[in-house]
Amino acid sequence: MSTVFIALQANEDTRPIIDAIVQDNPAAIVNREPAMVKIDAPGSMIIRRETIEEHIGRTYDLQELQINLITLSGHVDEDEDQFTLRWNS
Amino acid sequence: MQIDLRTVSIKQQRNTFDHLARRFGDKPASRYQEASYDIQATENLHYRPTWDPDQLIYDASITKIVMADWYALKDPRQYFYNNYTLARARQQETAEANFTFVESRGLVEMLPEELKRLALDVLVPLRHAAWGANMHNSFISGYGYAAIFTQACMFHAMDNLGIAQYLSRLGLLLGDQEALTEGKTAWMDDEAWQPMRRYVEDCLVVRDPFELFVAQNVALDGLLYPLVYERIVDGTLSTQGASSVAMLCQFMSDWFDETRKWVDAVMKVAAAESEHNRLILQEWTDKWSQRAAAALLPVARKALAADAEEAVAEEVDSFKGRLKKIGVEI
Repeated sequence: MSTVFIALQANEDTRPIIDAIVQDNPAAIVNREPAMVKIDAPGSMIIRRETIEEHIGRTYDLQELQINLITLSGHVDEDEDQFTLRWNS
Repeated sequence: MQIDLRTVSIKQQRNTFDHLARRFGDKPASRYQEASYDIQATENLHYRPTWDPDQLIYDASITKIVMADWYALKDPRQYFYNNYTLARARQQETAEANFTFVESRGLVEMLPEELKRLALDVLVPLRHAAWGANMHNSFISGYGYAAIFTQACMFHAMDNLGIAQYLSRLGLLLGDQEALTEGKTAWMDDEAWQPMRRYVEDCLVVRDPFELFVAQNVALDGLLYPLVYERIVDGTLSTQGASSVAMLCQFMSDWFDETRKWVDAVMKVAAAESEHNRLILQEWTDKWSQRAAAALLPVARKALAADAEEAVAEEVDSFKGRLKKIGVEI
């Protein structure tokens, strides 16, 4: 199975996002590089607004993700509630 | 000559403090966790306080509520000093801009006299209630247990003081210094304010910090803010043409919306801990919310006249609905 990944800057803003991704994607592997966190997941990765809100303690607009986003790989399917990475095959 | 640039990645020896690693595992901790968890002093406090030798200096048993781990009372807003002050500074700027707007556009002069009177009558005496709330939250902060809970109470106490100040400024803007004097006279002597004053004063002698939390932050605030700021200020006053008053009270509405989440989270966790806790919380909420509703009724009459009773009953109903979601039924 091919891997999708997302790389975020490592800072206070992304910590709850990373926690949310790990919670929603048990198979995800978190690689903490200097100043960057790269998360790999086999097949697909789901980022849910609700889970992030749980961790962050306030309302969250999924587009805020873009501020700290470095790069990603996979086809993006995005709506207001979730952001999905997947290879369409 | 050729220079190669190479990055060297240095793996840090530890991700966070040991006490946080024990609690959350060895991974980078958030600032909130670092600033809040397990920082309550627990050891080497072998002298009992001279002012009350029956208790320890930091004593979890002053309250009837029993928690296996007091650090379970997490603040969902994750406020610690830094982000709390930043959030409030931003809100202060908005409030400041609102006051300037109302003042510079002469909106106060455009207020119909009877609406101005009504706003002063209902809002200015409340600054004494807000001061009481400040005292109560300071008490909870002083005698409560676990930094995660007490620091949030201290922030709450500062907010209460801020609200008292906004109310004073509103009084000064709408009615100059006499408004504040009249407000105090009403608080001290006006029949309609006496049940409320008694409520606040009775709270000053409650010794159980968690009961005080229920009496002030859950019961009184839970009925007062929706009734006064949502219903009377944003509703009645605004529809009659005094929306400038609503502008001056914006902080209070926003603040209640925000802090409610914290109050609910604390209650929910404490009630879910044990049947014992749930029953005590139920008893306290029942007792104090009934008193709060009775104390608010004469105040509501000032603004809503004959509709007051229905309005208070509706607020009590929605308050009960809110508590039901937390797991406390009254």
